[in-house]
Formats: sequence, structure tokens, C-alpha cells
Amino acid sequence: MLDLLALHPPGWGGALLKGAVVTLEIAVLAYAAGIVLGLLGAGAKLGGSRALFWLAETYTTLIRAVPELLLIILLFYAGSSGIAALLSALGFGDVRISGFAAAVGVLGVVQGAYQTEVIRGAIVAIPRGQIEAARAYGMPSLLRLRRIVVPMMLPIALPGLANLWLILLKDTALVSVVGFSELLYVGKQAAGSTKEYFLFYMAVGAIYLVMTLGSNVVFRLAERRLRRSVPAV
Amino acid sequence: MDLAWLPKYLPLLVEGFWRTLLLVFWAGLLGFLLAIPIALAQTGRGGILAMLSRGFTTTIRGTPLLVQVYLIYYGLGDLFAQTPEIRQSFLWPYLRDGFWYAVAAFTISVAAYEGEILRGGFLAVPRGELEAARACGMSRFLILRRIWLPRAIQITLPALSGEAILLLKSTPLAATITVIDLMGAANIIRAQTFRVYEPLILVAAIYIAIAAAIAVVFRLLENRVPSPR
Repeated sequence: MLDLLALHPPGWGGALLKGAVVTLEIAVLAYAAGIVLGLLGAGAKLGGSRALFWLAETYTTLIRAVPELLLIILLFYAGSSGIAALLSALGFGDVRISGFAAAVGVLGVVQGAYQTEVIRGAIVAIPRGQIEAARAYGMPSLLRLRRIVVPMMLPIALPGLANLWLILLKDTALVSVVGFSELLYVGKQAAGSTKEYFLFYMAVGAIYLVMTLGSNVVFRLAERRLRRSVPAV
Repeated sequence: MDLAWLPKYLPLLVEGFWRTLLLVFWAGLLGFLLAIPIALAQTGRGGILAMLSRGFTTTIRGTPLLVQVYLIYYGLGDLFAQTPEIRQSFLWPYLRDGFWYAVAAFTISVAAYEGEILRGGFLAVPRGELEAARACGMSRFLILRRIWLPRAIQITLPALSGEAILLLKSTPLAATITVIDLMGAANIIRAQTFRVYEPLILVAAIYIAIAAAIAVVFRLLENRVPSPR
């Protein structure tokens, strides 16, 4: 039975590992997109403009209140057809959004809402004097962001960011429901065609577990490095 | 926005609404009951039970819920279907229905996440209160029932409220294993009316409303519990 997990066909091991790589790719790209959206969202919430504040507030409230699976299905269809319509209206012709781009986009949008809250909380926790001092030196806002805000915020935000990465990694499994081929989808195909449901779902679960446990190690190292300048409490 | 299909499919949506609530109720209740021993096992000085509980928690929290749902529904379901004794038993009508598999999967998941929360709660109960109870001559079980557990729940109530909403938000996964909950109802409507957005948006609004209701219920519970502050 275990030779079904062999790396080469008829074994499914190779296909599963390829699926795992796709899962990691989606997760990393969506995470990056989420951080960008999170920074923008946090900026909008703290920037002082009322319109931007409410825009960001609506975004985070709605996304965080609706079940992820529903959001993913909704955004997957609405998002890809909407962007395709937009692009063709702009004269780019008939553009097809790839499943990969859609999966990254959808998970990134969901992730961005949670990132906004984590980053906002961390920025609020930076002592105000630090930012005022930077302003007093005449640093422009982008330089201030790069030199002061991000380095001071990261150690505070890191536990939250690590948590969100784990949630995202597990949420990638949801895009298998809209028919996108990643780890769980491959596992489903393997299980369906061999009728070895237990074996393959166990194997898929084990691969996810390795990825999450591995991420824990990476984040622990990152936290140690980022906290080296933070005095122990 | 075209809602002409709504009257025809309203009964289906109502059915799905109740099924979603039942999923939350059963998985929330059973998961919480299972979380208590899991948390207790990890408060002690270690030993085999603590290791097992920690392994369980790590595994469940480290894998996607959807994989767990599939593992239980397809894996266990396949095993049951192949066992004639189970097929002929009175349990089979239940074991054929996706609903109880979904409840089982969500229960296990809730137990792992809430076990972790409760573990913190158990450890946060001031030692003096437990010592006082012991000094009054209460047995270990009586201490747990009267002091330790109620105090741990009181401390973790806000976190448990968040878990309840997370549970609600994960119930749509049941629709992937043929359970007709709110999400399942929306899928049927989508397939039969060819309308993609309206059913999904309507159902999303219902989920938001249920989440708000859960938040209110927990707020009331929090206010009911007398607190020293």
C-alpha cells in the first residue's frame, strides 16, 4: 500500500510534493500581498483621513466576519470575472485570469484584512516620541516608515504575523474547493482514483504538518533576531 | 441584484440556517466537553497523558480543517462502509449522513483550539482559591466542578467567544461533504438558478448576522458572571 506514495508514477508521492510546492508558492505570494494590503490598511486607519478610515474599517470588518470558504468562492468568481471585464474594458483585450493568480489574489485580500489589524496594533504600540523624533529630524514619511516604523513595529507584530502565516498556509487548502490544483486537490485526486482515502488524506495532513512545524522554527529564529535590540521585559 | 428566486428557495435557506446552527451547537458543545480533559492533562507535571494531549493539539492545529473533514468523511466513512457489522447496525443511518462526520471533524478541531485556551485559563486561576477549596475538604473532582473549571471559563470567556465565531465561520466546510447547511443551500441555488453572486452575498449577510448574535450572547454571559473588578 505504501508504494502508492512512491515518488514516480504509479506512485503519487511526486505529484503530492509538487502540490506542496504550489501550496507554498501560493501561500508566500498571498502573504506578501497581505502584508502590502495590511500596511496600506493600517496606514489608512491611522492616517487621519475619515474617508480612508471608513474604507479600511469596512474592508477589515466585512472580510473578517464572513466565512473564508464563502469569501474564497465569492472572490474567486467575482474577482476573476470582474478583473477580466475591467481589463477588457481598458482595452487589453480578452484577458483570462489564471487560477494561480486568482488563488493568490483571493487569499491575499483575505489575509490583508487580518494583517491590517495586526500591523495597526503594532504601530499604535510604538512610542509616539520615536516617530516625532524622526519627524523632527526632517525624515520624509517613506524614510520614516523604512527606518523607524517598520523596524520598531516588527518585533511587536511578529507573533501575530506568525499566527497569520499559519492560518494562511492552512487556508490555501480551501482553494482546492474551487478546483485549483494544490496539495489537497492532488491528494483528493489520488484518494479518489486509488480508493485509499485514509492513506492519502493522512499523507496530505502529514505534509501540511511538516510545513507548519517548519514555519514555527523559522519564526522562532526570526523573532530571536528581531528582538535582539528590544530590551527584555 | 435579482432576488426573484428567493421565495422559491426560502424553505431551503431556512433549512440550511437551522443546520448551520445545529452544527455550531453540537460541535461547540462536544468540542468544549472534550477540551476540558485535554487542557487538564497538560496542566499537570507531564506524563504520558500530557504528551498525548500536546501531540493531539499540535497535529490538529497544524493541519487544515478541510483535510481533517475529508479524512473523517471519506477515510472513516469508507472504513465504515466496508464493515458489514456497522452497515447492518442501527447506527448506519447516522453514519451515512455527512452531518455527523462534519460534527465529528469540527468537534475535534474545537477541542484542540479550546483545549489550548482552557489550559491557559486553568493555569491562570489563582492558586489560593484552589488551596482554600482543598482546605475546606473538597475532593479533587468537586474542586474542579465548583472552583477550577468555573473560574477558568470565566477567565477565558472572551477567547471562547472568539472561538465560537471561528467555529461558525468554519461550518461552511461541511457543504463540501454534502451537508446542506447555509453554504450548501447557496450552492444548490447557484447551480439551479445560474446566479453566482446573489445567493452567496445573501448567505454571507446571514453569517454576519449569526456571528453578531453569538457575540451578543457571549457578552451577556460575560456580564452575568460576577467579576471582582
